[in-house]
Amino acid sequence: MRRKKTLAKSLGSRLTAALVMRLYVANSAPNSLLAIANLQIICDEFLQDNFKLEIVDVLEEPLRALADGILVTPSLAKLAPSPIAKIVGNLSDKSSVMRALGIRG
Amino acid sequence: MKTIKTAMSSPNAPPLSKMATGIPGFDDISLGGIIPNRATLVLGGPGSGKTVFSLQTLVNAARERNEPGIFVAFEETARQIIDNTTCFNWGLPALAKKKIFFLEAQLSPDVVQAGEFDLSGMLGMLKAKKEAMGARWIVFDGIDVLLTLLQNPVAEMREIYRIRDWLAQNRMNAIITAKIEDGNRTINYGFMQFMMDCVIRLSRRLEHGVSLHRLQITKYRGSDFVAGEYPVNFGISGMEVGAPEPAEIKHAASTERISIGFERLDTMLGGGLFRGSSTLITGVPGTSKTTLVSKFAEAACRRGERTLFVSFDEGAEPIMRNLASVGIQFRPHVKSGLLRMYSARTESTGAEDHLEKLKMLIREHRPRYLVIDPFSAIAKAGGLAAARAVANRLIYMAKDKGITVMLTAISEGDDPQSEATELQISMVADTWIHLSYIVRSGERNRALTIIKSRGTWHSNQVRELVLSEAGPMLADVYTAGGEVLMGTLRWEKETEVKATKKQRRADVDLKQRELQFAEADIRVRIKALELDLQRQRAELELYSSDDEARTLSSSERENELRRMRSADLTGRAVLTPTNGKPKGANGSGHGVNGKKSRKEARDAS
Repeated sequence: MRRKKTLAKSLGSRLTAALVMRLYVANSAPNSLLAIANLQIICDEFLQDNFKLEIVDVLEEPLRALADGILVTPSLAKLAPSPIAKIVGNLSDKSSVMRALGIRG
Repeated sequence: MKTIKTAMSSPNAPPLSKMATGIPGFDDISLGGIIPNRATLVLGGPGSGKTVFSLQTLVNAARERNEPGIFVAFEETARQIIDNTTCFNWGLPALAKKKIFFLEAQLSPDVVQAGEFDLSGMLGMLKAKKEAMGARWIVFDGIDVLLTLLQNPVAEMREIYRIRDWLAQNRMNAIITAKIEDGNRTINYGFMQFMMDCVIRLSRRLEHGVSLHRLQITKYRGSDFVAGEYPVNFGISGMEVGAPEPAEIKHAASTERISIGFERLDTMLGGGLFRGSSTLITGVPGTSKTTLVSKFAEAACRRGERTLFVSFDEGAEPIMRNLASVGIQFRPHVKSGLLRMYSARTESTGAEDHLEKLKMLIREHRPRYLVIDPFSAIAKAGGLAAARAVANRLIYMAKDKGITVMLTAISEGDDPQSEATELQISMVADTWIHLSYIVRSGERNRALTIIKSRGTWHSNQVRELVLSEAGPMLADVYTAGGEVLMGTLRWEKETEVKATKKQRRADVDLKQRELQFAEADIRVRIKALELDLQRQRAELELYSSDDEARTLSSSERENELRRMRSADLTGRAVLTPTNGKPKGANGSGHGVNGKKSRKEARDAS
């Protein structure tokens, strides 16, 4: 169990090196809070510290979000490494999120 | 069918202030427009005009009231929308830069959906944008596209509530459009209709093989509206709704007479048509209905009045060519802009669409005269019942605007009554002229009859209509055996009358000359007599003066003799009175003296 996790960790680390993400949320809207929590779980489990996450509150920076082409909240953008990806929703569908982020679980 | 429906609103409640959409016809049936600061739901199938309805409202608000708006496009990109509206004269590309903000709200197909999302972020962004640009209007076009991604009816409903509350907080006039499938599928967004204050339904369907657009207001909280389905038409200025005409007829009646184009027909109508009246010309094919109405149109243009000439199933070019052969020239008037020719194919659209198109043309061209030839053609597509309604509405509309209308209709037989079975326009028309063929003595001649003409005296005579290079004209009336003669019979009679006239003229001429001769003869004789008289007078004068001279010379000779003999002069005592004897006592002396002085005067002269 422990070994497996280490393997997964090293594998994940190598594949998701410098995973840069930005999560757009709408303040404390239920789906937004859920998305933060769901992403936290995924990061903790598969990425440890090997990622960079910026959380943007659309209600506080609306014009920035508009310029970034954000439509609905919550939205998660994978900025690096390429290919870039965009995920919408509260990230409760874990396998879809991981597939989109390129994390092998 | 079409009824005025009164919503259950308390009569004491203050009337709802409404925001005009600027869509012709819609503001009439909604009695003012849509509810401010609330959402109006526009439902319709694909291609029913939802986007046009909402965008046209934004454009009108921006252009007419300088109110900026936001267009959230869920279905198409901003570029696609702007490109699609280039057929309208909205000037959208320029507006899109300043007054209308397009938010492209399509989720890219690459986007991965992982769980439920909501619109709170989007509304936050829209609020910021709204405050930045001072927008008063917002359109959510095709909201169903995004909402279906939620795959959860409860979540969909929640998001609609979210939008509704947001609109109320931000005080914006909103239009939300969504697709519905008519017919086989149930309406997905039934709940939206309960949540919204005003629901408009657009539809497109086939009727007698013709595609018809329709609009219906199905719900309007707190306000009256005109219920019923109304035709929708698309023209250069966008969408237009064929609002029903008010039930009460309020036309001004003009007593101004206008010429129909040729004097003799004006005379037959007691001095011409009334301005703003409607005239129906019926006849079998080839009775020169077109020529007659064209003459009318040409006369109007010559007076410098704007005219709209609508021809069904025949192009403007061939019409102008054909008319030139009977001396009617349209080209100069088309060039000057007075005359607008519009040709339409009747199979392509239904009668109501034609009416909307005509209304649009009338608004654009602002004619004082409207000619439709042949009006009966509108019954070809979309059914006769609709065509009849359209015929009535068109005439009422024209009367409202004071436009003088002339319509032609093809009748089946020579009996004018057969027209009545078709469009029944003869009942609403003020004047009805029937053209027919009269076949007699191996000839077919065109005959014109005025069947009715309201409010004016009119001739009851059947007249022959003759076409020549100089245009149509009514021939002189010759009757024989109680019938108006036509064609060759008329020509014969005409020639006969001419010959008789010529003979009579020759006779009169001769008589005149004879009389002149007699007069001259008398004058000569008078002159001769006058001369004779003068001669006699002269002779008389001569005689009397001779006598006088003779008398005088004898007395002078006497005096001479006396002087020579140194005797007294006769009458001396009189000539030199010495003793205060009254003058003239010696009558004879005076007389001699008088005679003498007269003689002297004559000599002097």
